[in-house]
Amino acid sequence: MHEWALAEAVVSTALKAAEKERLQEITKIKIVMGELQQIDAEIFASALKEVILPQKETLKNAKIEIKAEKAVFKCRVCQHIWTFAEATNQLNEEESESIHFIPEISHCYLRCPQCKSSDFEVIKGRGVWVDSIEGEQ
Amino acid sequence: MDPRLEIIDERLKEIKRVIAITGGKGGIGKSLVASTLALTLSKSNNYRVGLLDLDFSGPSTDLILGIEGIYPKEEKGIIPPEIYGIRFMSVIYYAQDNPTPLRGIDVSNAIIELLAITRWGRLDFLIVDMPPGIGDATLDTIRLMKKTQFLTLTTPSIVALGTVKKMLAMLKELNLPIIGIIENMRTAKSPSIEGQINGLDVPYLGAIDFDENLENSIGDKNRLLETAFAQRLREILLRAPQFKLNIVSGL
Repeated sequence: MHEWALAEAVVSTALKAAEKERLQEITKIKIVMGELQQIDAEIFASALKEVILPQKETLKNAKIEIKAEKAVFKCRVCQHIWTFAEATNQLNEEESESIHFIPEISHCYLRCPQCKSSDFEVIKGRGVWVDSIEGEQ
Repeated sequence: MDPRLEIIDERLKEIKRVIAITGGKGGIGKSLVASTLALTLSKSNNYRVGLLDLDFSGPSTDLILGIEGIYPKEEKGIIPPEIYGIRFMSVIYYAQDNPTPLRGIDVSNAIIELLAITRWGRLDFLIVDMPPGIGDATLDTIRLMKKTQFLTLTTPSIVALGTVKKMLAMLKELNLPIIGIIENMRTAKSPSIEGQINGLDVPYLGAIDFDENLENSIGDKNRLLETAFAQRLREILLRAPQFKLNIVSGL
């Protein structure tokens, strides 16, 4: 996902949660950022700042906590487990960028290092997740 | 919480109509109808048209329309490139010519991602080319693109008709809007399906005869539009009130 689209999605999620829980103010948003999506943290932070700006009533004091999560794969055929860091040497720049936009495209370009299968599961670190939203009523 | 789900409605809000081309079986002409429908609408008066290929394992609208060498632009998301007046989005930009072996959860995740990042802008029609059947893409289209209207396709074969009846039963049970059913690849020897769908309460929009010359027009949008197939589809479009086309000129 593009960083800007991600920032918009996170803010939209926070505002909907605030409405649902009748929060006057959001104080903290915890985001988990999966390694496979290769989000540029700096671009994301500046996009987030800009998207939050018109929502200053609800989000002006919101603390954004971002936790990076390493991507881990598990082969469905031979059960081998490996990490994205071990797999990145299989990718050229274009392939890597395609995975950035749609992480499932990893099935086109990555293979299990043990049995060469493309039938693997991303067991951790796929993409972006809002872990929790805290606020005051 | 998956933040992507919260932004999809926003991404689709400037689209007036979403039409999914569905059918129970592969090889019945869904991608050809989707591509030709998008082309025909984009040529008509002032219609802004998008085409989304959701058939990840067999994307083919790019082949049918002869689309190559274009790529989306990044601008606060992804802007689909425009070709022949159609904003075109497909997994081929990212998968290229490689196979895309995705299981159900991966198909669903990829659809959510595409819908969350694609900025279509203002469209009169978004035509969605669906994979066959009532699997993940159909279920996600129902779940995530709430304004979708379904245009179903069958051939006269009892095999295709049998499966499309199941799809229509599901859509009707969910009370979803069905534009109607088009019978494709009819031959002189084909029994009419019109009588066989009477009990379904779904509009029969018409039949398109099997067009032997269609294959030769694949990849060339001008030749495609000149085929008997495309001309018949256009007639059905203009005649069927279910399409509610407001055409001043141009078709």
